[in-house]
Amino acid sequence: MVKFLPLKEAVADNLHDGDTVAFEGFTHLIPTAAAHEAIRQGFRDLTLIRMTPDLIYDQMIGMGMARKIVFSYVGNPGVGLLRRARDAIENGFPRAIEVEEHSHAGMANAYEAGAAGLPCAVFRGYRGAGLAAVNPNIKSVTCPFTGEVLAAVPAIRPDVTFIHAQKADRKGNVLVEGIIGIQKEAVLAAKRAVVTVEEVVDNFDDLHPNLTVLPSWTIAAISVVPGGSHPSYTHGYYERDNAAYLEWDEIAADRDRFQAWIRKYVIESSADDFAGRVGHLRKAA
Amino acid sequence: MSDAGNLGFTPNEMMTIAASRALKSDDVCFVGIGAPSAACNVARLTHAPDITLIYESGTIGTAPDVLPLSIGDGELCETAVTTVAVPEMFRYWLQGGRISIGFLGAAQLDKFGNINTTVIGDYAHPKTRLPGGGGAPEIATSSRQVYITMPQSKRGMVEKIDFFTSFGHGDGGDHRQRLGIDTAGPTLLITDLAIWKPDPITKEFTVVSLHPGVTRAQVQETCGWTVKFAEALDETPAPTELELKTLRDLQARTKAAHQGTAKGKAA
Repeated sequence: MVKFLPLKEAVADNLHDGDTVAFEGFTHLIPTAAAHEAIRQGFRDLTLIRMTPDLIYDQMIGMGMARKIVFSYVGNPGVGLLRRARDAIENGFPRAIEVEEHSHAGMANAYEAGAAGLPCAVFRGYRGAGLAAVNPNIKSVTCPFTGEVLAAVPAIRPDVTFIHAQKADRKGNVLVEGIIGIQKEAVLAAKRAVVTVEEVVDNFDDLHPNLTVLPSWTIAAISVVPGGSHPSYTHGYYERDNAAYLEWDEIAADRDRFQAWIRKYVIESSADDFAGRVGHLRKAA
Repeated sequence: MSDAGNLGFTPNEMMTIAASRALKSDDVCFVGIGAPSAACNVARLTHAPDITLIYESGTIGTAPDVLPLSIGDGELCETAVTTVAVPEMFRYWLQGGRISIGFLGAAQLDKFGNINTTVIGDYAHPKTRLPGGGGAPEIATSSRQVYITMPQSKRGMVEKIDFFTSFGHGDGGDHRQRLGIDTAGPTLLITDLAIWKPDPITKEFTVVSLHPGVTRAQVQETCGWTVKFAEALDETPAPTELELKTLRDLQARTKAAHQGTAKGKAA
């Protein structure tokens, strides 16, 4: 049964040291508040899975929480590089991390295979690509019908997946809309799923029947955190804070400035502070 | 726009506009972020109003008023014909053969159109860890054709790339076919100085058109391999007033929009 919990409890109940965890959201609906709660609780030795590590994994890697990252684009979208992740990969600071790198197609297919209960994903990919030579989890299979050689990657099966979504109803069903990314697959592939939402509504009776709704029984815990995806965005609620992404490039460039930022905006803050960070990004009514 | 010089436009503006001209209204274009995104939207706002622009976030047929900073900005979804999940994007639409043009940028490029956006140096111990491939490895092999756009530099255009993020023509010739890739691969390279096309046999990129005021020596000085020039070398037509105005207006709207969210708070 899904539980409505304060974010602190939802994270403490579902994430553990050494877990394989996905915080998903493809540019849109990135679960920043959940990631910051994980930083406050100081988990160690995590395997972090995410197609686009983005700011949240830059922050978690910079805090030394990751043993390994699995990803397909380790950049600050439209801005440049992720400098804490770079420091870890290039210099082993604050600790060396293992890297498992895929393409977006590889990760998307692997999540889908996880949701589908398959051991691996099969697709037409990685042809001529250097990743196949450096990632032993990229293999090939031959189609038994046509003889075509196709790429194969293992299914992704996180211990726990965190996502952010627009809203839940009182029963704990969750609506995701806009750029829906990989969230549905990431939730269904995981042993446990935790969702932060902007708000809870009485029911979903008036919704279009084909919207993406995750039934309550696919979710372990829901926490209401308005603004919880900032500086990413929530379609229908507030816009992406592109200026914050530009600013992050400077913050993350310096180890001390990064630590000071984490102290102020993560360690000494709480989930309740997110609502105030998106006020200026809400569209005028 | 600064530095427009006595030609009235900058090399980067010429690059974006030359790239935009390569696109047609009936193209279905998978748009890489950065320079390709500007070119694709200038095409849509000028001579190719019906072009279908697709970003890897799943937005199909999008028509943003400002250039997105990321591939998943909200406006892409709000203006799209439809928005699909990321697995569907890569499985049905890209792998399914629906994309006519994959439009990519590059950090490092070789003369056969192979692209590196992964690492500078050794993969296991990189000198510089770049963002990596994202959607590009499969865009490069599943799109029917690939266009590439990047400003020229000796660091960017190199004899040998450090990592094969996205396969172009490999070692040249029929290398794609030998790997079972049945799409055309890179058929056009637009830089800030010239337009390049692959030789029909060797697949080596060859300069077919110089932008106005550009010399062969300038192209060679900013390229890390020995440049081949076509026998009949064209001059790229200069940007029209409409093209320049469209691009500059788009960039001004974009700049205002991205700074508009700045206001001294926490990220």
